[in-house]
Amino acid sequence: MTIDEVQDSIIDEFSVSDDWMDKYNLLIDMGKDLTAIDPKYKVKDFLIEGCQSKVWLHPEYNGEKIIFTADSDAIITKGIVGLLIRVFSGRTPDEIIGADLYFIDRIGLRQNLSPTRSNGLLAMVRQMKLYAMAYKAGAK
Amino acid sequence: MKDISQIRADFPILSRKVYDRPLIYFDNGATTQKPLCVLDAVREVYTSYNGNIHRGVHAMSDMTSEAYENARETVRSFINAARREEIVFTSGTTGSINSIAFSFGERYIYEDDEVLISNLEHHANIVPWQMMCERKRAVLKVIPVNDNGEIIFDEYLKLLNGRTKIVAVTQASNALGTLVPVIDIIKAAHSLNIPVLVDGAQGIQHGITDVAAMDCDFYAFSGHKIYGPTGIGVLYGKEKWLSELPPWQGGGDMVDKVTFEKTTYNELPFKFEAGTMNYAGAIGLGRALDYVSGIGRNEIASREKQLLDYANNRLSVIKGLKIIGNSPDKISTISFLLDGIHQYDTGMILDKLGIAVRTGTHCAQPLMDRFGIEGTVRVSMCFYNTTDEIDVLGAGIEKVIQMFS
Repeated sequence: MTIDEVQDSIIDEFSVSDDWMDKYNLLIDMGKDLTAIDPKYKVKDFLIEGCQSKVWLHPEYNGEKIIFTADSDAIITKGIVGLLIRVFSGRTPDEIIGADLYFIDRIGLRQNLSPTRSNGLLAMVRQMKLYAMAYKAGAK
Repeated sequence: MKDISQIRADFPILSRKVYDRPLIYFDNGATTQKPLCVLDAVREVYTSYNGNIHRGVHAMSDMTSEAYENARETVRSFINAARREEIVFTSGTTGSINSIAFSFGERYIYEDDEVLISNLEHHANIVPWQMMCERKRAVLKVIPVNDNGEIIFDEYLKLLNGRTKIVAVTQASNALGTLVPVIDIIKAAHSLNIPVLVDGAQGIQHGITDVAAMDCDFYAFSGHKIYGPTGIGVLYGKEKWLSELPPWQGGGDMVDKVTFEKTTYNELPFKFEAGTMNYAGAIGLGRALDYVSGIGRNEIASREKQLLDYANNRLSVIKGLKIIGNSPDKISTISFLLDGIHQYDTGMILDKLGIAVRTGTHCAQPLMDRFGIEGTVRVSMCFYNTTDEIDVLGAGIEKVIQMFS
């Protein structure tokens, strides 16, 4: 699947119900199901720190694609980073840098996780794109 | 006496909805909502008589100056200060404490002197002292708290000594709600002639604060936490201190005579009010204090005590809920954690249920460290809240537990 196809399927999953509680239940389930990060990466170097909850994000580049793993001490945050991993993990740096993440607005996440909330979604997206930039630059 | 529905009708915002649910506002520790009379007072400044204070020959300036000085008198009477010269308007509690920490430090603090604060303090009563201590090579000492979140008084007494130059403590903990025995703290400090600053940000709105009875040397509070506008606050200081302290800012209105060689300062309290003050905010604050007096401060304290007891009872039956801070003497604030559920998750779901709480460290990171936690969920209630709202909160917390288990 392309990045956009993954985004479309996420939008489908979240449009099943208009009730915010259902959407949060989905996020919580995704948080619980997120593949565990190797505990050795739950260190300061991989921490996106904010005042609300902690997010650890680890990139691994195999020369072609970046594999992201992540964790958070809050389940909802973990669900959100899990969504981003579904979209970005296993992609090339160019795909990640060029991606337009429209699913965030379409499922109503942006209004709920505005950038003023530390550890917001946008900080995570930016960090993933920065890793992609760094790998792309390093590959040349 | 107004009943609860009449009180709530005074606050237009309380009838709004969030996410199609009735707003339940339990974040009064962060800021309180405003009664219509306060909004009217501020609007009236700008629609009826706005002019800059203390400097015009014209009627508008006179009217605004008079309203501003009336607000000062309202504050004086509200906290029972001896003289209006002892009431300085500031931008808020943070502004008040920063100013005193700077000014007091410049005048009285030398190398190896000590400043004593407590482990309960909000960052606003930590960082300004820390900055001043670094500048002056002085030492910041901290009164420890026990597992209930109360200051350990015996340890406080041991920390007081000949090098202690000032004690700065909160009247009530913003994070846990603990009321601090400020009167005894002040008595002990005064026995060694040490002045005391009380951070009243979480105290002034919950009952009667009488600076004369308390005998504090400095008292700071914010307008927006006592139903007034944002951006206005008060610094009370005993005249003997304020007349000796150097001004913390220079500018217009604070001067007596300016030449390029030397400036002499205006009399109290104007020497501490440089530049155009937030007079609309001050006038709004005056109206807010009148409103609070109209409801009755004993009435407010008694309603809030009932809410606190009711909430304690309701929350304590929830399995897996742990209240952080169990002092019997508290303002109507409860901090809690749910077993295995992050405070941020709890806050997010409560928000979706229309319940506004605060999550995180509450600008009191050293206190969170003391309890070995990374934050709490804080429910800060005030007299316009209801037991029905607490019931919705209780059900909301149970819903959170069900969703995350």
